[in-house]
Amino acid sequence: MSDLVIPLIAVLFVVALVAGLVMGTRRRPSAPPRRRAREAPVTRLQTPPVVTEPPREQATAPVELARPSLRDRLGKSRRFFGDRLAEALGGGVDEDTWDDIEAVLIQADIGVETATRITEDLRAEARRGRMGDAAEIRALLADRLVSLFDETHDRALAFSPEPPTVWLIVGVNGTGKTTTIGKLTADLAQRGRTVALAAGDTFRAAADEQLGIWAERSGATLIKHQPGADPGAVAFDAYAHAKARGIDVLLVDTAGRLHTKTPLMEELGKIRRVIERQGRVHEALLVIDATAGQNGLIQAKEFADSVGVTGVALTKLDGTAKGGIALAIETTLGIPIKVIGVGEGIDDLEPFEPKTFVDALLS
Amino acid sequence: MFDSLSGRLDDIFTRLRSRGRLSEKQVEEVLREIRLALLEADVSLKVVKAFVADVRERAAGAEIHKSLTPAQQVIKLVHAALIDVLGRETVGLEPSPRPPRVLLIAGLQGSGKTTAAAKLARHLKASGRRPLLAACDLRRPAAIRQLQLLGEQAGVPVHAEAGGTDAPAVASEALGYARAEGFTDLIVDTSGRMHVDTELMAELSAVARSVSPTETLLVCDAMTGQDAVNVAESFVAEVDVTGIVLTKLDGDARGGAALSMAFVSGRPIKFASVGEKLGDLEPFHPDRMASRILGMGDVLTLIEKAEQAFDQDQAAEMEAKLRKAEFTFEDFLGQLQALKNMGPMSQVLQMMPGMSKLPVGDAQIDEQLPKIEAIIRSMTLEERMDPSVMNGSRRSRIARGSGTKVQDVNKLVKQFGEVRKMVKAMSGGGRKGKGRAGLPGGMKLPPGMGV
Repeated sequence: MSDLVIPLIAVLFVVALVAGLVMGTRRRPSAPPRRRAREAPVTRLQTPPVVTEPPREQATAPVELARPSLRDRLGKSRRFFGDRLAEALGGGVDEDTWDDIEAVLIQADIGVETATRITEDLRAEARRGRMGDAAEIRALLADRLVSLFDETHDRALAFSPEPPTVWLIVGVNGTGKTTTIGKLTADLAQRGRTVALAAGDTFRAAADEQLGIWAERSGATLIKHQPGADPGAVAFDAYAHAKARGIDVLLVDTAGRLHTKTPLMEELGKIRRVIERQGRVHEALLVIDATAGQNGLIQAKEFADSVGVTGVALTKLDGTAKGGIALAIETTLGIPIKVIGVGEGIDDLEPFEPKTFVDALLS
Repeated sequence: MFDSLSGRLDDIFTRLRSRGRLSEKQVEEVLREIRLALLEADVSLKVVKAFVADVRERAAGAEIHKSLTPAQQVIKLVHAALIDVLGRETVGLEPSPRPPRVLLIAGLQGSGKTTAAAKLARHLKASGRRPLLAACDLRRPAAIRQLQLLGEQAGVPVHAEAGGTDAPAVASEALGYARAEGFTDLIVDTSGRMHVDTELMAELSAVARSVSPTETLLVCDAMTGQDAVNVAESFVAEVDVTGIVLTKLDGDARGGAALSMAFVSGRPIKFASVGEKLGDLEPFHPDRMASRILGMGDVLTLIEKAEQAFDQDQAAEMEAKLRKAEFTFEDFLGQLQALKNMGPMSQVLQMMPGMSKLPVGDAQIDEQLPKIEAIIRSMTLEERMDPSVMNGSRRSRIARGSGTKVQDVNKLVKQFGEVRKMVKAMSGGGRKGKGRAGLPGGMKLPPGMGV
């Protein structure tokens, strides 16, 4: 046991020292944050980057696909959520109704605080006699939810007036970054834009191959290095390639990383800076899993701090998870939700629209 | 946000501590806070309700309700109730009557099945068994390749069929191969699937039927929110889940999903995945998880992290120095570097019980570190080894060199001396009670959480 205690004491030592110092300076306005990661030079690999170009003859005419409505796609969520709500509002309005409404909101992962606040608001309205029946409560609830989203946000993905437009895709492990890129690529290709993909996930086994398959499906160019290569170098080469060839959009995939791993988060900042030496990053999209709980908010904050997130892609909305955490991210951090993933198919990506979203959930 | 969670519990318990006994109303108040704490830890509402009802019942018993009960008994009670759900002991894999033992891996997309499968394979191999991996995720692009690469890294063979489309067939062929070749274990990786996707769920049970698994392990992301309960219910209904593997526990999610899953499925959590390397798979520790969900700090994880970050010999040397208060700025700098490897200071602090109560922002703490480092780096070796040589002119030089003020340097030197004394008292005395008194800012460790 004693050898376990020693490191702990050492930690305590540092912690106590820092805590003491911080508390001592607390009353004075603290200096502005000055945490600059060391700027490492871009490591160039001896091996040249591998560029896989699509076969020339592919000329996919933009196809208009008959897409099922969002409401249909969110069917399962809707049924679950709607049933609960119907149940809550079915037997007339009483004390339990409010608890049930709160429960429904909590179960959507929007956070206890917000859920309680909305419920209390509704209850206060009802007390003032503004509404009485279930339909009215439902309408007001929908209204409240929609009003939580900032309507002044531009939810369209940003394009550069001159190519290449660069979108950087980030997120924790397993949220669906690569799949989202695949879907974005398909969508762009359908609109007749040329796309290049940078295989910036050099860590996970076969991540570049997974991306390569998506590239092939949509006729995009893939730029990759060896496994384990510096993702910054991949981004650098990919940008140079996209620029030289006049490719419209460059999508940069990154390895999934937990927001608690400082060196990995710093690496993201570096990838961004490397691109910005040559051009700009027009979107840094944070991919959030709809099943994520309250930790999603911390994730978003950390990613925003390290790479400057401009929008959220909310994935896996085809399950029973409501993705309420994305609402919390938008209201707390002011990062707009821009696109949502509603299935495994290549076309299962939709622009985010608050009213449709809330309607689909409540109807 | 979440930082306030353990703070709130601390608050309420501090308030209660000062009173002698708990009234029924107070018990309700505590229960409300616990309900909130659990919800914010992402325990599913359904489970929270059942759980709180259980705690209320326990509290209504003679133990709490009627007798003179200090509030900390409530914490213990809740902690114990959590462990009851999570399982008392670490549960290993079931043995199989005849080899190979078949482990079926199932879960949602992105929960970490493939990585978990490879980690399990490595774990089994390390304990002297002969596992075979079967690649039955035929949907996700390059999933087979990923498993093959991971298998290579783990030194475990992978059975895969190029171009296969029939998952149950691939699985049963892998089983035949494993039998013929005398493998002791067969680990079947499957596609990620939404629990509401009836077609894919049917495929999963077909795979299960084709290999009759000894264990069906449901892989669950520790960051999952309220949906965990739906996932667990659906998977348990479709296949006979025998255990849970909790992944991504190396993040800072409280992992309430673990409680939801265990509660709803009634199955034990068998393994926890705590890192990106193949060796980062551990048997699950219910007691640690219980502390984590309650936001009571996770001392054991902290110690483990510290162990990884600090070299053993170095630590022993440090101990001697600490005892004699010979700890210098030079040593401190070394410790600071090691500490950086453990992640941001604010997060390390979160793991320490009671520390979340610290009346300072996380950002402030993280900001201080580079400043401290700059000051120390601006000292000469002589100054670092013996702070007493630092006179006024030396101090102003250090301040200039580090871009700080002389006051900052003074404060650091003074604080350093004080903490050195304090640590000496803690480590030299060896008794925890004595050391705690020395913590700055009146930081107290919650009861039962002593080191």
